[in-house]
Amino acid sequence: MNQPASAYFLEERHDPNETHTLSVLVQNEPGVLARVIGLFSGRGYNIDSLTVSETESHKHLSRITIVTTGTPTVIEQIKHQLDRMIPVYRVVDMTITGRSIERELAMVKVRGRGDSRVEALRLADAFRARVIDATTESFVFEITGNSSKISQFIDLMRPLGLVEVSRTGVAAIGRGPEGM
Amino acid sequence: MTDKSHDPHQMTGAAMIVRALIDHGVQHIFGYPGGAVLPIYDEIFQQSEVEHILVRHEQGAGHAAEGYARSTGKPGVVLVTSGPGATNMVTPLTDALMDSIPLVCITGQVPTHLIGNDAFQECDTVGITRPCTKHNWLVRDVNDLAKVLHEAFYVATTGRPGPVVVDVPKDVQFALGTYHPPRKSDVHVSYTPRVKGDAAQIRKAVALLAAAKRPVIYSGGGVVNSGPEASKLLRELVDVTGFPITSTLMGLGAYPATGKNWLGMLGMHGTYEANMTMHGCDVMLCVGARFDDRITGRTDAFSPGSKKIHIDIDPSSINKNIRVDVPIIGDAGNVLGDLLQVFRAEAKKPDIKSWWQEIATWRARNSLAYKKSNDVILPQYAIQKLFEATRGHDTYITTEVGQHQMWAAQFFGFEEPHRWMTSGGLGTMGYGLPAALGVQVAHPDSLVIDIAGDASVQMTMQEMATAVQFELPIKIFILNNQYMGMVRQWQQLLHGNRLSHSYSEALPDFVKLADAFGCVGIQAIKPGDLDGALKEMIKVKRPVLFDCRVAALENCFPMIPSGKAHNEMLLPAEATDEATAAAFAGGKALV
Repeated sequence: MNQPASAYFLEERHDPNETHTLSVLVQNEPGVLARVIGLFSGRGYNIDSLTVSETESHKHLSRITIVTTGTPTVIEQIKHQLDRMIPVYRVVDMTITGRSIERELAMVKVRGRGDSRVEALRLADAFRARVIDATTESFVFEITGNSSKISQFIDLMRPLGLVEVSRTGVAAIGRGPEGM
Repeated sequence: MTDKSHDPHQMTGAAMIVRALIDHGVQHIFGYPGGAVLPIYDEIFQQSEVEHILVRHEQGAGHAAEGYARSTGKPGVVLVTSGPGATNMVTPLTDALMDSIPLVCITGQVPTHLIGNDAFQECDTVGITRPCTKHNWLVRDVNDLAKVLHEAFYVATTGRPGPVVVDVPKDVQFALGTYHPPRKSDVHVSYTPRVKGDAAQIRKAVALLAAAKRPVIYSGGGVVNSGPEASKLLRELVDVTGFPITSTLMGLGAYPATGKNWLGMLGMHGTYEANMTMHGCDVMLCVGARFDDRITGRTDAFSPGSKKIHIDIDPSSINKNIRVDVPIIGDAGNVLGDLLQVFRAEAKKPDIKSWWQEIATWRARNSLAYKKSNDVILPQYAIQKLFEATRGHDTYITTEVGQHQMWAAQFFGFEEPHRWMTSGGLGTMGYGLPAALGVQVAHPDSLVIDIAGDASVQMTMQEMATAVQFELPIKIFILNNQYMGMVRQWQQLLHGNRLSHSYSEALPDFVKLADAFGCVGIQAIKPGDLDGALKEMIKVKRPVLFDCRVAALENCFPMIPSGKAHNEMLLPAEATDEATAAAFAGGKALV
C-alpha cells in the first residue's frame, strides 16, 4: 500500500477497543471538571459516561466516575494523563481491579392508556422500577441498576409510549472493606 | 487588640506579588503593562530588587522568559495584562509546555464583579490557558494570593517543569490582605512528583545494560532540565559503560559534541550513524526523552530488535508512542546516579568492540557532507564558520524554526548543557530572537547568538527595540535564503516543486532595518566575507542583525523520508532528483 508522502507517520492501528470504568478522586475546586473534560476532548479520548459529585465536603473531595473506550495503550495513557493533573489524588481502574460494583439511575417517562399502560407497569415491576410520578396518562419510573439493565428497560418502554429519559451516568465503587 | 496597620504581613495584592517574586529569588521579569496590571506596575516602580524588562509584544516576553529559564535552570517570570496580553502569551505557554520549561506567568484580570460580563479587555484566561499550562489559578480572594503564588513557583519548577498562569483580578490587586512567606502547606497534597526511581527496575536495567552487545544511549531534554549534575552523571555513565550516545534536539550539550562516543543528533534530520545505531541496537537506554514522532519515524519499524529502558519523570511519557520493557519513573539525574552506583557495584564494561566497528562504517558515510562553493555561502558552511569564530567565547545559541535550526543542530557543537535554546516540541518560528534577549539578561557578559532564518526572524523582529533599550548585545545571525526554507524543501520533495507562498517576497533590507532600530547591521554575500564579518559581529558590543546571504535552494539532509524507518535515511550524496522522487513517492502530503 502506498502511504501518502508525509513527514508524519500515518499508520492506522487496529488494536481492539476496551471499555473501562475509572474512578478519579479530585480536589473539589473551580475548574477541576473542566480540566478533566478538556483532557478528554483535547487528546481525542472518548467519554461514554461521566458522573461527578462532592463526596467528602469537609476535605473538599469529589469523585468522578468515567466510563471510557479505547485501545489498551490509550486507556493506559488516559490514566497517566489524569494522574498527573495537579488536583487529582488518585485514579483507579475499576475494570482492571475487577472487584467493583457499577450502578446507574434513570428516570423514564412513559405516556399511554389502556393495554400499553398496564404492560408498562407490569414490566416496571419485573425490573424493580418504582413509580415516582403518575398522571392518568403517564408514569415516571425510577430504575437503578447496571447500564445494560437500564438500556434494556428503556428499549422495552419504547413501543409502549416512551417520552423521555434522564440517566445519571455510571457510579462505581470497589467491593470489600477497603477504600480507593 | 493588635494594630493591623503595622502588621508587616498586611499589604495589597499587588504588593504581595512583588514580595512573592523577591521571596522566590526572582531578579528579572519580562512584561508589558496594561489596564488590569497597573497596580502591580506601580509596585514595581517603587522598588529595585526585581528588574522589569519591557518587551514590545507579550509573545516576546514569554519567549524571553523561556530563554532565561533554559539558560539558568531558574523559572522565567512574565507579567502581562488581561485580554490581549493574556492571549498573546498562549504561544509561549504552549511552547514551554511542550519543551518542559518552567514559566510563571502572572496575568491581570478585570475586577471580579465584571468577570463574565464581556468587560473591556476581558477574556477567560484560565479557560484559554488551561490546556497550555501545567496548572493555572484564578485568585478571587486576596488572602489566597500568597499561597497560590508560592504554589505556582513550586508546580512550575518541580516534577516535569512547565508553565503556570496566575490570573489576578484588578480589585484583588488593590485589596488588603495577609501575606505569608513560602511554606510547605501551600501546595496541593495531591501533587507529589516522583523523583527517585524504583530500585528493582534500576537493577533490571543494569542487568540489561551489562549483557548488551549492541547498546545505545538516547538522551533528551530531561537530562538538561534535571540540572548540571544529571549531565555530569550521563557523561560518567558513558565513560563507565563505553556505550555510544545520541541525543534529541532538546538534549544537545548534555554530552559533549567532542566526546568520543558521540554519534550526533538522531531523528528526522539526525546523522546516519545515530539513526542506524538506534535501528540496530539490542539495548536502548532512553533518558529524559519521549519518543517523539520526529525521533521515531515509522513506529512499527522503530528499533525492532531492542529491549528498551525508559527513564522519565512523567509517567504519561511511558508507553505513549513506543512500548518499553523497563520503565523507570523518576528524575533523570537521580535515577542516573542510582543506576551508576548499581552498575559499578554489579556489572563490568561489556565488550562491544564489534558494535563500534559497525558504527564506524556508518560514520564513514559522512552523512552531513555538503558541496562547498567559492561563489555562494552554503548555510552549513556559515554555521561551521560561526562555530569556529565563537570558539573560546562564552557562547549561548538560540534558534528560530526551520532549516537553519536543523543545520545549527547538525553543525554547531555543544560542549555543555543550558547553552542551546530552541523550540523543539511546538516548533515556534519567532522563538529565537526574544529567547536570546532572555539569555542575555541572565548572562550579560556572554556571547548570545540567535541563529535565524529570514522568515522566522520577521515574526518577532520588534524585540530588537527591547535589545537596544536594555543594551542587550544579542547577535541575530540570519541565514537568508529568501525562502521559508523548510516549507520550500517539503514542497520540492512532496508537492511537485509547486512553491506555494514560500518565497520571502518583499524582504526588508536587514542592514537598513538594523540602522532603523539603532543597532548594527552587517552583511556577508560571498564565502570570503564571512571570517571578517563574523569577527566584527563578535567584537561589537551592541545588538547586531547579521544578514548572511546563503544558497537559496539548499536542502537539509540527511532526512528520514515520509513513513520510513531509521534505516531508510536519504543521504545527501544519494539525494539525486530520481532517488528523492522515489523516496517520497506516494502522492500528496496530508500535513
